[in-house]
Amino acid sequence: MSLKIDVVRKIYARQGDTPERVLFEGLSLELADGEVCALVGPSGTGKTSLLQMVAGLDEDFTGTIEGRPPDIGYLFQTPRLFPWRTARQNLELVLPGRVERAGELLAEVGLAGSEDVYPQRLSLGMARRVALARALAVEPKLLLLDEPFASLDTATSKGMQDLVSAQLQRSRPTTLLVTHHWHEAAALADRIVVIDGSPARIVENRAVLRPRAAE
Amino acid sequence: MRTVDLRSGAGWQGIVSILLFICLWHISALWAGSRLFPGPVSVLSSLLQEIEEGVLPYHLAITLARVALSFVIAMVTGTALGIVLGRFRGLDRWLHPWLIILLNVPAVVIIILTYVWLGLVETALLVAVAANKIPNVAVTLREGARALDKDFAEVAQIYRFRPAVTVREVIIPQLAPYLLAAGRNGLALIWKIVLVVELLGRSNGVGFQLQSYFQLFDVTRIIAYAAAFVLCVLLIELALFAPLERRIERWRR
Repeated sequence: MSLKIDVVRKIYARQGDTPERVLFEGLSLELADGEVCALVGPSGTGKTSLLQMVAGLDEDFTGTIEGRPPDIGYLFQTPRLFPWRTARQNLELVLPGRVERAGELLAEVGLAGSEDVYPQRLSLGMARRVALARALAVEPKLLLLDEPFASLDTATSKGMQDLVSAQLQRSRPTTLLVTHHWHEAAALADRIVVIDGSPARIVENRAVLRPRAAE
Repeated sequence: MRTVDLRSGAGWQGIVSILLFICLWHISALWAGSRLFPGPVSVLSSLLQEIEEGVLPYHLAITLARVALSFVIAMVTGTALGIVLGRFRGLDRWLHPWLIILLNVPAVVIIILTYVWLGLVETALLVAVAANKIPNVAVTLREGARALDKDFAEVAQIYRFRPAVTVREVIIPQLAPYLLAAGRNGLALIWKIVLVVELLGRSNGVGFQLQSYFQLFDVTRIIAYAAAFVLCVLLIELALFAPLERRIERWRR
């Protein structure tokens, strides 16, 4: 089932000295089943807010999100691992009844041997891989990735990118990827959507053409 | 995320400082040579005698039971109230002045009024102690509830944690430092209040014994009872709070 995002109006309420702001007005986007869509745009245009709305974490808007599946994987901008639980325990929490998968998933993201480490002792890159493993652990039908490669050094970012790419090809969830970088979007997505302005609107929506793989 | 620093840092230095204090006390008592300022040896001898006669264990057990019961009532009620106030700003605005008033009403006034209104009964003791302590627990836990991280709640929502799992895995670990702080301060405050309540209106317990020995000007036994009680509280700290703190803090760097 495809994911239909139809935001009639989303307002950021006035907070202190920051005046009320219309974030989105008449923004529509449809993702086909299994499609990877990259959402690109400058900071402050509401990309993360849109992910939150799609995830059902923010319902304070007029409009509809159709086709949101119950199993969602969400890689937040910060890893949001529970610091009082080890890497393995963080995964086990989303795997009730099949905790043995936790170790396998950590191995898949290259963290075999770090299962019993607490998040505070993991580097940002490692913590993000644990968070990615957690997002994939629920076998999501919808995967939301919020700047998964931000603040990583080049090598770590490339490693993480390869990892995400491999996982997307393996399980093909419908994916919404937020990024600032065109090259990341082009490397991973089937389609790139650019949003800009205030209120933000879609200024570009184009498919990514890929060379046909050699038979 | 805000946390409460609970590291006590007590080591061998703590033990040495206590031993030095006992030496100083012994020398001062010898120098003073007064019945009203007994040294550690005579206090210890009185303590042993009271234990042997079974008087101290009897009164100590009664007081400890009262402390335990009051502690549980104050912690459960205060925690529930604190969490509700921390999560519901509207209610907090109604009840905040009352918390400030209760925090500042002298403990002895509450004790006297409860005895007057409820009579010199066990219930009055429990009510008086709880009424003194609940505001402290509530204020601490209110801060804890306010500091609950929305980011973690969102993770629990996305991954559809059952309510019991959310409470156990997301909320309690964040409140744990506040619970521990409230528990520690609670114990320290409650046993002092229980003693005053016993002194004013009960016919048993360490507070009652202290009053009896005060009337006899038996300073040795007053110090012996106080020492026994402090020792018990220290044991509770070592056996309960210190391991609990290590468990709560083990994930920190």
